[in-house]
Amino acid sequence: MTVEAEIDDPRDQFPIGMRVLAVDDDPTCLFLLEKLLRRCQYHVTTTNQAIKALNLLRENKDQFDLVISDVQMPDMDGFKLLELVGLEMDLPVIMLSINGDTKLVMKGITHGACDYLLKPVRIEELKNIWQHVIRRKKFDSKDRNNCGNQEKLHSGSVEGGPGSAGTLLDQNGKLNKKRKDQDEEEFEEHDENGPDNDDPSNQKKPRVVWSVDLHRKFVAAVNQLGIDKAVPKKILDLMNVEKLTRENVASHLQKYRLYLKRISCVANQQANMVAALGGTDASFLQMSSLNGAGNFQTLNGSGQFHNTAFRSFPPSGMLGRLSTSAGLGIHSLPSSGMTQLGHSQNSGSSTIDQVNFQQVIIPGNHNGSVLQGVPMSLQLDQLQHNKSVTRVRELSTAVDNTTVFPISSGLPDARMTIGSSSNPLLGVTNNTLMLEGAPQGAQTGKVFGNHSSVSFASLNSGLSSPLPDHRRLNDNWSTAQSSGIQSNSFSLNDTFKQATMQPSNLRDNMSTMALQIGCDPCNVSSVSSISTQSQDLRADVQCRTNLISSNAGQVSNNALAQRWDDHDQDGSYHSNVMCSSINSMIPVNGTVGPLGQHLGPKNTIFHTNMDFNSMEQSNFIDPLYMNHNEVNKSTMETSLKLKQGLFMDQRKPQGSFISGNFGSLEDIVSAMAKQEQDKLKLIEGDFGCDPYSLGTCM
Amino acid sequence: MERNQMRRQLALIRQSFFDQGFLDEQFIQLEELQDDANPNFVEEVVTLYYRDSSRLILNIDQALERNPLDFNKLDNYMHQFKGSSTSIGAKKVKAECTQFREYCKAGNSEGRCMRTFQQLKKEYAILKRKLEAYFQQARQAGPLETACRSRN
Repeated sequence: MTVEAEIDDPRDQFPIGMRVLAVDDDPTCLFLLEKLLRRCQYHVTTTNQAIKALNLLRENKDQFDLVISDVQMPDMDGFKLLELVGLEMDLPVIMLSINGDTKLVMKGITHGACDYLLKPVRIEELKNIWQHVIRRKKFDSKDRNNCGNQEKLHSGSVEGGPGSAGTLLDQNGKLNKKRKDQDEEEFEEHDENGPDNDDPSNQKKPRVVWSVDLHRKFVAAVNQLGIDKAVPKKILDLMNVEKLTRENVASHLQKYRLYLKRISCVANQQANMVAALGGTDASFLQMSSLNGAGNFQTLNGSGQFHNTAFRSFPPSGMLGRLSTSAGLGIHSLPSSGMTQLGHSQNSGSSTIDQVNFQQVIIPGNHNGSVLQGVPMSLQLDQLQHNKSVTRVRELSTAVDNTTVFPISSGLPDARMTIGSSSNPLLGVTNNTLMLEGAPQGAQTGKVFGNHSSVSFASLNSGLSSPLPDHRRLNDNWSTAQSSGIQSNSFSLNDTFKQATMQPSNLRDNMSTMALQIGCDPCNVSSVSSISTQSQDLRADVQCRTNLISSNAGQVSNNALAQRWDDHDQDGSYHSNVMCSSINSMIPVNGTVGPLGQHLGPKNTIFHTNMDFNSMEQSNFIDPLYMNHNEVNKSTMETSLKLKQGLFMDQRKPQGSFISGNFGSLEDIVSAMAKQEQDKLKLIEGDFGCDPYSLGTCM
Repeated sequence: MERNQMRRQLALIRQSFFDQGFLDEQFIQLEELQDDANPNFVEEVVTLYYRDSSRLILNIDQALERNPLDFNKLDNYMHQFKGSSTSIGAKKVKAECTQFREYCKAGNSEGRCMRTFQQLKKEYAILKRKLEAYFQQARQAGPLETACRSRN
């Protein structure tokens, strides 16, 4: 039934002639595998390098039907390849290994493998692998059709990769039902162009490469709509990209959700992130880290979150952008992002290259600055520990701020896991960073309310060595400060103690926030903390952020330590604090000095005083756009580049700041992930100072 | 006549491989893949295996000379080694690999690691010799024979 007969392409005799790409570094195994596959009458291409495989796949999207890959390879982890292929090309991938440990198999599943075979592979097994191709095509189209209508269902949990869409369908009666009910029309109309089981070739639409830009737009759109409400159609409209179809968006969304779920799991395990969002000016922390592959997504959550757990970024750790939007406008932000915060789970397994950024923005209404730490932890796949819980605390202040913690994670290459956990490295949980600020000034001495709990999102990032090569962390922090509120000065002082090595070092005094992250093996995501200063106190906000940039290739821990002016903070950090970097919004004039930090490889800690006077455009992707109404939003973007070092750019907050003070703190906590699992507990601090003005003094 | 004899002999030798535990069923799989298009498939694979694994052995030897031992690295090498050995069905070699990895994981038995590796090399060499002889004889006996060798 295919018209390919003329091309002498035996695709009509599927599975005969199915085009397989086999990847294995062991020449003996590869040779054998090739022979076996040919025996099954497949069309085989082999390569012994994962990178070559990726290139082959990228150059011609439609060249292959299926990929079989070994798990352990020197140039790239098999799981990483798996994810990349799944994200970029949406092809079924089968894993091969000698090792059949449950854990490994599980890892394969969570990363989206549609099958896991043990070596030595038998020909009988290979004879059946074509089913994965069919299944994926079949259910993928259906799924795409229904994806839009199934947002809600999906938000719960998206299981597996596209390949398991079928399972999802089957198992979820509701899903099925809804699909039938709602999507009949769509399905029909989709059917024409939809995948045809009989005609695999027709099923292939031109593959969309989710470039960094595209992904950024995608994430922005999703955040705008709210992860729960993000429907492919709307996302598509928002993105406004030509030649992008709803199906593309739908399938990408599905993967994204999966990714989020995975990292949220990890975060949950580790700690709970308490996001204190007070009325402090909203600062959005956006962290987005992009790696070469550049997919990042940001979720925006609006609303106040208290003790929200942030997702931890996957190990590969990308730093997301923290954008803090100060001001109330955040409320208008889609709150869906917040929901994400609730569960942070980090899949223990390191994430593969894909880095997904999740940006969670937690708006907080507080006069004080809201510190948001976006923990970005880069975690290497191998890091297990990253479970970071980030707590975002919001300093309560008179000002109504909403702090938004954007947690972005997700880079194709790297994953950021933000997690605060007992990990020695860093306790920052994935996304959130805590805000802390202790008003230097007299205003209120306490930065964090009485509770003075600081939640830090510490990012634990462990980067596995293989990762670095592919990973580039861009950290953009954008802090939006909205001060607008009455509160006068916020000073957030937060001392973050990095739990890295010692889990639970919390200083009650938030006078200084020091983030120390040191991870040897892990890459740390950089956390930038921004402290906001109240106008009264200081005109400029200095943020010292220590950025520890993880070095690609090497474990590097980035720790951002922020020092806050001494301020008597009552925050008690229970949890190991991860470094949170808080970008404080600019005081008075709300200028945020650009934070640029160049992170050297391996544990470089930068202390930068951030003087936000000018905003620099972060060279990184734009921060999330939140719908702020009149919120002043200052976004600081920090981009971390792993390879090249991390630097943070801060953008000047756009909004106006509260007269007097506002503080938007962005904490970007970079957690250093240790290779081991450590859990960092987030420090919960209540920042609840209601009216107090936080003066941030840096 | 002579051919028949040779073939019989070959068959016996082959059978002894299995009986003595040098090779396992995977080898049979290899043989089954051999066909007219690839009449020497098995030999090719085995040759490839020996070429590649000799490099590995070198690496492992070097790694074993270090002090202290980098068990992680050794484990990685061994993982690869095991993978290829499994692919051709080298049973004894595979067993030694497993043993070696156990010791690596324990992390504190350098002596045992060394000894196991010596043992492994020995088995490896023995198998190599045997297989070489086997293939040589097989070639003499006539290529067609390999395809329809009787399976026990």
